[in-house]
Amino acid sequence: MERIESREALGQVREVSKAWIEQSRCRVLICAGTGCLAGGSGAIYDRMCELVNENPDIEVHFEAEAAHKDGEIGIKKSGCHGFCEMGPLVKIEPHGILYTKVQLEDCDEIFHKTIEKGEVVPHLLFKQGDVEYQKQEDIPFYKKQTRHVLKNCGHIDAEHIQEYLAIGGYEALEKVLFHMKPGEVIQEITESNLRGRGGGGFDTGYKWSQVARQHEKIRYVVCNGDEGDPGAFMDRSIMEGDPHKMIEGMMIAAYAVGAKEGYVYVRAEYPLAISRLKLAIAQAEECGLLGDNILGTGFSFRLHINRGAGAFVCGEGSALTASIEGNRGMPRVKPPRTVEQGLFGKPTVLNNVETFANVPLIILEGSQWFKSIGPENSPGTKAFALTGSVKHTGLIEVPMGTTLREVIYDIGGGIKDDGEFKAVQIGGPSGGCLVSPHLDVSLDFDSLKKMGAMIGSGGLVVMDENTCMVEVARFFMNFTQNESCGKCVPCREGTKRMLEILERIATGNGNLEDLDLLEELSSTITETALCGLGKSAALPVMSTLKLFRDEYVEHVSDKKCASRTCTAFRKFIISPELCKGCSKCARSCPVNAISGRIKEPYVIDIEKCIKCGACESACAFNAIYIEG
Amino acid sequence: MENVNIKINGLDVCAPAGSTILDAAHIAGVKIPTLCFLKEINEIGACRMCVVEVKGARNLVAACVHPINEGMEILTNTSALIESRRRTLELILSTHDKRCLSCVRSGKCELQELCQELGVEDENHFEGESPEYELDESAAHMIRDNNKCILCRRCTAVCEKVQSVAVIGPNNRGFSTFIGSAFDMGLGDTSCVSCGQCIVACPTGALYEKDFTDDVLAAIADESKHVIVQPAPSVRAALGEEFGYPMGTDVEGKLAAALRRIGFDRVFDTDFSADLTIIEEAHEFLGRVQNGGVLPLMTSCSPGWIKYCEHYYPDQLEHLSSCKSPQQMFGAVAKTYYAEKMGLDPKDIVCVSVMPCTAKKFEIDRDDQNAAGVPDVDISITTRELARLIRKLGIDFKSLPDEPFDDPLGESTGAGVIFGATGGVMEAALRTAVETLTGEELENVEFQEVRGTQGIKEATYNVAGMDVKVAVASGLSNAKQIMDKVRAGEADYHFVEIMGCPGGCVNGGGQPQVHAEVRNYVDVRAIRAKALYDNDEAKVIRKSHENASVKRLYEEYLGEPGGERAHHILHTTYVKRSIN
Repeated sequence: MERIESREALGQVREVSKAWIEQSRCRVLICAGTGCLAGGSGAIYDRMCELVNENPDIEVHFEAEAAHKDGEIGIKKSGCHGFCEMGPLVKIEPHGILYTKVQLEDCDEIFHKTIEKGEVVPHLLFKQGDVEYQKQEDIPFYKKQTRHVLKNCGHIDAEHIQEYLAIGGYEALEKVLFHMKPGEVIQEITESNLRGRGGGGFDTGYKWSQVARQHEKIRYVVCNGDEGDPGAFMDRSIMEGDPHKMIEGMMIAAYAVGAKEGYVYVRAEYPLAISRLKLAIAQAEECGLLGDNILGTGFSFRLHINRGAGAFVCGEGSALTASIEGNRGMPRVKPPRTVEQGLFGKPTVLNNVETFANVPLIILEGSQWFKSIGPENSPGTKAFALTGSVKHTGLIEVPMGTTLREVIYDIGGGIKDDGEFKAVQIGGPSGGCLVSPHLDVSLDFDSLKKMGAMIGSGGLVVMDENTCMVEVARFFMNFTQNESCGKCVPCREGTKRMLEILERIATGNGNLEDLDLLEELSSTITETALCGLGKSAALPVMSTLKLFRDEYVEHVSDKKCASRTCTAFRKFIISPELCKGCSKCARSCPVNAISGRIKEPYVIDIEKCIKCGACESACAFNAIYIEG
Repeated sequence: MENVNIKINGLDVCAPAGSTILDAAHIAGVKIPTLCFLKEINEIGACRMCVVEVKGARNLVAACVHPINEGMEILTNTSALIESRRRTLELILSTHDKRCLSCVRSGKCELQELCQELGVEDENHFEGESPEYELDESAAHMIRDNNKCILCRRCTAVCEKVQSVAVIGPNNRGFSTFIGSAFDMGLGDTSCVSCGQCIVACPTGALYEKDFTDDVLAAIADESKHVIVQPAPSVRAALGEEFGYPMGTDVEGKLAAALRRIGFDRVFDTDFSADLTIIEEAHEFLGRVQNGGVLPLMTSCSPGWIKYCEHYYPDQLEHLSSCKSPQQMFGAVAKTYYAEKMGLDPKDIVCVSVMPCTAKKFEIDRDDQNAAGVPDVDISITTRELARLIRKLGIDFKSLPDEPFDDPLGESTGAGVIFGATGGVMEAALRTAVETLTGEELENVEFQEVRGTQGIKEATYNVAGMDVKVAVASGLSNAKQIMDKVRAGEADYHFVEIMGCPGGCVNGGGQPQVHAEVRNYVDVRAIRAKALYDNDEAKVIRKSHENASVKRLYEEYLGEPGGERAHHILHTTYVKRSIN
């Protein structure tokens, strides 16, 4: 692609790209997000390419370079559509048809019916109840969402900058470079009240202004893409599906604070995000949108990618900058804050992916528009990774202030198997639980904080009545304990001790004093840990202990786990009435705990049983059950 | 500097702007407990012992690093804070090897002291898994016992920041974190320089020198052996601290008396060989100046520095003086000249040194340190080991009389005694070199420019019409600065003194450990050095070349300084080493 030297040239490229997309009679967008790729969408893409190639009557373009040819059909790898539960997803534009759970063998049918004739393939459409949804926007999962930040994810090919340009990409950058002074940019962001989407909800405009006022002239813009919360994948989807939006946000930040260099810190577990980002940066550099003297304005910005090495703690600002510097990723005490002495000891703007992705929207649509979405103190939308016991899991975006009920029931379609809602873990291992009475509470920074939870980066794990809350606490504590950097005493030793106590309780060896000890440790860790991760490490325990204390008591006093999750309390029994004496269970038992005579009821030796459940799955007559 | 007004525990306090809460509290006489904090070295707020309440702050803050602001109101000793600190201690204890009775630091352990002060009642309050680590005994000079390590990182900070060596650091993370070397190498396999600064930084018994006091006692008990001892200059400036004397008390007389009571056959003094070193080194220096040899000449008394140079500047070894260190010169002379004089077989002489230094344990096993075909020095113990030995043998140190050292290897001058302070070797050498070059007696033997505890000192002296430019550095990060200049060809020095430990031997890795709370606010180096400078000032003979025993040594045995025999006995060689 040719270098774009001026604003006019950018306008021309944009027009050409737009025209090329409009020319397409049909665009096939195959979701190439991590989930759909795992489901086989790569092979589907290849097959679709083959099919169109086999047909000499159809002109097809796969690459953006083909933009000038009169291609009829575009076969595109798009970013994540969000409806991961129903993947692999294939979307046909301009019809807006969304095919779900597409298999390799469906490709021919899609090609011959939809692409060639414009007919739908009914069995690939999404169905909810008796309703069959042809268009993506009609599906309840999408209908109730407000997709601003994720708007392009699933709609454009993230591997070609022209696609982003065609839909107005880099217009916000153009606006700030030609019409706004750095101070005005900061002013606009400040007025929008954009709060950091990484967890803390810190005022973004204020952060930028703090960096801008430092005496030190070398400044950095750093993007935190180290999304480590279990179950969270909002940032990954943006980086994979719409990387330029985030890059554009970073460039606007750099212009606003006077930075010439930026870093994107991405966890190494996101190889696709890394390769898409690399490609995006290379393409932006090639066409002169990154580098020196951008669009002839004198503004220069270079962007580097740093891969994290798998440490959750590197999502914490000072650990992240230490890691980029090549040091051990450990948080340091603040002050000095990152805005004063961040990366390489220089003033640094550190925001997360979603925050940066909001910036171009605010610049283009204005702060007033942004503030019109959601509550006054937490305006805008928020992306959530909806997972757990909910019918439709996936990536969603809703206005701040949406209630949990709307998210779980309207978008998520309710609890899986029509079970009963028990709780939702919000904010990952640093967050807390929300329960039924909280279903109608507004999801925003301040309301959640009041309830001892936090939005965090946006992980929403929905739990039904079959969830053991002791196990939930144990799971998150195990995670935090594994991910502690080991620097400060309370986090290093305290989380280990808490985990041991939780393990004790979950295996029937706990006592009531253990609950006091948990509370004691929780308060010590919360009060004294060095960094934000340590300070919030005990939150899942504190929150479950407060909301589900009787479950803990049940574990320690009655030696019982009502949800039958904790294996130690399981007692497998063979019903003599139902057992046919087929011996299948005995053969499946890894420890030979089952004995009996053929055609007579078998018996499990409780002493030998390791409670693995192999027999239960093996039994063809449902004769094996868990007592209690 | 501008002052800031704050309140600590309700009392008005005025402290310089930019101070930490801990500094301000110190000014106000309020003690806040610390454990990981070492001023200017380890300011990481990791142990959470110094947490305090600040009005308006969301969380407790670490006093050691949190700066004060005008009007700040701080509480340091509420019952909630004491409770919090106690729990933190209990958490530390949950993985700490609590066999305190047999611990080398018992009684001087900062963790133990805090447990007493804060009233820890149950050391097993938080029970659970405790990792078990094997001792790292791979180094010649020390042992790492990670079972006693509390992960405060004082050792790693010293190693990296003060010494620029950085061979230790945290491995693994979270609960599995332990301090060690890269790829879990043994310390002995790394480019550790054996300085022992990590040991003196350690608050607990996790790091300690290899103890050879039993070997000393065994040698003394062996009637076939003639056991002689040589204490280094700075031992006398610090040993008293082990027996309750104020820091900086010179206990030279009691030191000699104690050594005699331990049972050494002769009690000599490394100060003697310090004087000898000056004669040889001054001769080497003048030779290099006159014959266009490699300059600057760099001193070789400090074995930690020598090992550092061998590992990190193997291309610069020709700058090093070939003179053995005073410890080794002493042993070499004892097993040649003294053995001959006494009619002893060098094999039957056991030469013990008492050193402020752990690298000396490494040095005695170096190649080319065996003038008589046997090791010059057989056993090297630290000041701390000597104190342990004195206590073990029931010697009441305080009630000992002051006694002199034995002749002939016990005679020394003021020049020899100041070897223990940074700049001391330079000053001693200047006293001799100036008189040798000018042929005139010095009016003032004190070269104040090279005294003091600054990391790097520079001076230029006009001697007999020539400008002699000298530099003095102590602490290896300072040595690194000098060496980088030398390597780049940007150093126009003629003579450079380098000591591995900051402040020189008085602050060596084998010296009594000083509690961090003292060390953070008192310049240990200066106080101990003063004892040596006072000792020097009180001496009638203050120039090495006037040491009568040294002169006799040359006349009767060595011949000329730098001559063939002197070279064979008193000089050594170096090896190139790699960085691991």
